[in-house]
Amino acid sequence: MSAAVEHYGDRRGLLGTLGRDGLIQIILIANTVIMLAPIVIMVFAAFKTSAQIYQHPFALPDFTHVENIVKIWTETNFLRYLLNSVFVTGTSITLVLALGTMAAYAIARYEFWGAGFILMFFLAGLTLPLKLAIIPLFILMRDLGALNTPFSLILVYVAMGLPTTVFIMTGFIRTLPSELEDAARMDGASEARIMWSIMLPLVRPAMVIAGIQNLVPIWNDFFFPLIFIQNDNLKTLPQGLTTFMGEYNSNWGVLFAGLTLSAAPIVLLYIILSRQFINGMTSGAVK
Amino acid sequence: MPRLRLTGRGLWITVLIVPPLAFVALFIVYPIISAFAYAFFEWKGMARGQFVGFDNFYKVLFAPPYASYTWNAFRNNVMVFFALMVLQNGVGFLLAYCLWRGLPGARFHRIAVFLPVVLSTIIVGYMFKLFYHPLFGVVNISLKSVGLGALAQPWLGQDTTALWSLVVANAWHMVGFPALVFLAGMQRIPGEILDAVRMETESEWVKISKVVWPLVAPSATVVFVLLFVGAFNWFEIPYVMAGLDGSPYGSTDVLGLLFYRTAFGTVSSSTQNFGMGSALAVLIFLFIAAVASVITVKLRAREIEL
Repeated sequence: MSAAVEHYGDRRGLLGTLGRDGLIQIILIANTVIMLAPIVIMVFAAFKTSAQIYQHPFALPDFTHVENIVKIWTETNFLRYLLNSVFVTGTSITLVLALGTMAAYAIARYEFWGAGFILMFFLAGLTLPLKLAIIPLFILMRDLGALNTPFSLILVYVAMGLPTTVFIMTGFIRTLPSELEDAARMDGASEARIMWSIMLPLVRPAMVIAGIQNLVPIWNDFFFPLIFIQNDNLKTLPQGLTTFMGEYNSNWGVLFAGLTLSAAPIVLLYIILSRQFINGMTSGAVK
Repeated sequence: MPRLRLTGRGLWITVLIVPPLAFVALFIVYPIISAFAYAFFEWKGMARGQFVGFDNFYKVLFAPPYASYTWNAFRNNVMVFFALMVLQNGVGFLLAYCLWRGLPGARFHRIAVFLPVVLSTIIVGYMFKLFYHPLFGVVNISLKSVGLGALAQPWLGQDTTALWSLVVANAWHMVGFPALVFLAGMQRIPGEILDAVRMETESEWVKISKVVWPLVAPSATVVFVLLFVGAFNWFEIPYVMAGLDGSPYGSTDVLGLLFYRTAFGTVSSSTQNFGMGSALAVLIFLFIAAVASVITVKLRAREIEL
């Protein structure tokens, strides 16, 4: 953006630019404070007693005071919820990527009757709010015997994740050159072998994008467990959070510790992989 | 690309395409079609009774007391949509414009604005519920500490402020999404266009309204439609912060909560009614689909190919 400065040769224009940039910088800094302050207050409060939270909500805590966190770790089912979330999210994303890549590969690399229609069929699911079909889904899960098992969640998440995954993967696989594929075919390689050994290694970047796009909504989902899961030992993290938020409702230190611990995994992952997260989560919306 | 001639290849394509198709058919298409069918039946618990035509639709739209719940919830959804349009998409656009200049620190600001987006709505909801607490919440404590104690109030406890307090929490959570989608749109505007504009005008306002805004139209379409769908599906934030009944006095009741209460009942009144619940779901679904299509077509019309 340095070009912006060059065009304002005269002194008044330069000052105007500096003033404008100053204003923009102030807006950005103020916004970043607003974005981070709640999270910082929450993390600080996790290390405070209730009295300290009421009296000095902004003060730096004594980070060696880990009583609240120990309480969440030992007295609640937190670890169980965390492991359930990891299992459900991990399984769902693996399946979504596998199935999504299969469909996308077939649509993008082969010409066959109905390919366009099948792509449309997947894309139709893109913005449909599946929440509204919860009654039939509930009955379907009951009939499948999947209620109160992690499979009810996995099945729904896979179906929910497929439209965007197929969309992203089809677009990417179409851009791959066909020379390698043709050469392998000349050499007599089977279609399955071409896909597995030659094409799949090339689509890994797109899989990362699609994986992250599925990760956040699945990891954070609350609605489907609320309907499908009653057994406390099978609850996922967001759902389990509602359980212990009710139990400790007068001990604010423990409440904030619970929130902090629940937020920690995805926040840490985001800090490490922020570029991939931002690309992944906006990729469906950015052409 | 090779033509489909070998039966082996046909089989291979079938193997690739059928499992994913089956998932979507069974867990998306079939439930959505069923929801339409369910709405025309009377339900006793989880057992389907007799066909009742449009009875369930009539009840949720026109028969007391259900109709008043439905229209109240609908009104709240509409207000939430417009409020978020300003507070989430409007602020998001402004932030995108600021980030676009690429001033020092822009990378950091970009990461910060998107951080809340990755958090679970449940975490955000509980966090803000604690912040809004009338006595111990950080909002009122801050107001008092800067001498504005007169403005301290039970934000979630009174019907004049409850819904707006939820809207603010939602905007804080999601503003990073429109911001970065708009930013991506702005970054695709060709440099020559911007140089040409700089020759013509120095006014920032002319630049935004006549050049940037029309050229980020594709981003606007996506962000508006997603906000619309989200606003009329709104559930988690009010569920966590205000409870299933949309307290106080239904001032935070929205269609998502009403649908859940009607379909699955509440702790206090455990009457579940799948027929009326399905009717509500179908109406919400049709409303979202119809308006979202109109918005999409209208907004697409003003998109310019670069």
